[in-house]
Amino acid sequence: MQLARVIGTVVATVKNDSLQNRKLLIVQSLNKDLAPQGKPLVAVDAAGAGVGELVFWCRGKEASFPFKREDTPTDCTIVGIVDSEDHVCCE
Amino acid sequence: MILAKVLGNVVATQKNHRYENARMMLCESITPEGDGTGYTVLALDAVDAGVGDTVLIVQEGWSASTTATGKAGAAIDSAIVGVVDRIDLLSEENTQ
Repeated sequence: MQLARVIGTVVATVKNDSLQNRKLLIVQSLNKDLAPQGKPLVAVDAAGAGVGELVFWCRGKEASFPFKREDTPTDCTIVGIVDSEDHVCCE
Repeated sequence: MILAKVLGNVVATQKNHRYENARMMLCESITPEGDGTGYTVLALDAVDAGVGDTVLIVQEGWSASTTATGKAGAAIDSAIVGVVDRIDLLSEENTQ
């Protein structure tokens, strides 16, 4: 999983049926200092996240598990919302 | 598996139900020599690792999900599966 900030939304009208009614968000992964790490990605939302929130996302085949198992074609899914920046405890 | 150092943990109330009762640790991957690579990753803790520990992280869904939650099929891609006591490396002249 990766820590990330939701930095935008994506609207796609024509898409795979299993992606219907799913929220697509752009996430920028972060490092331990909450600075950007790597490229922004498009993620499917499974946690009710919104723009600006600190979240974590899951990669790979497992990303489709929060939905109807392998039905949803995604390799990047938001699975949780971090309570606040203070809840990232780093020594 | 990758070698990593545990930096801290992350608290999230709203999350996928399979993440409940597990600790999510913020880790930085390290080289075998112990230097940080700058790459930060979140992993569920399956072995009671603590901050500062050098750990083994498995980055494969079935293994991560099974070790961290006891059951496969969760949206989990990384789990801490071991705490490293020691790493022995060949000296530099022997690796050439």
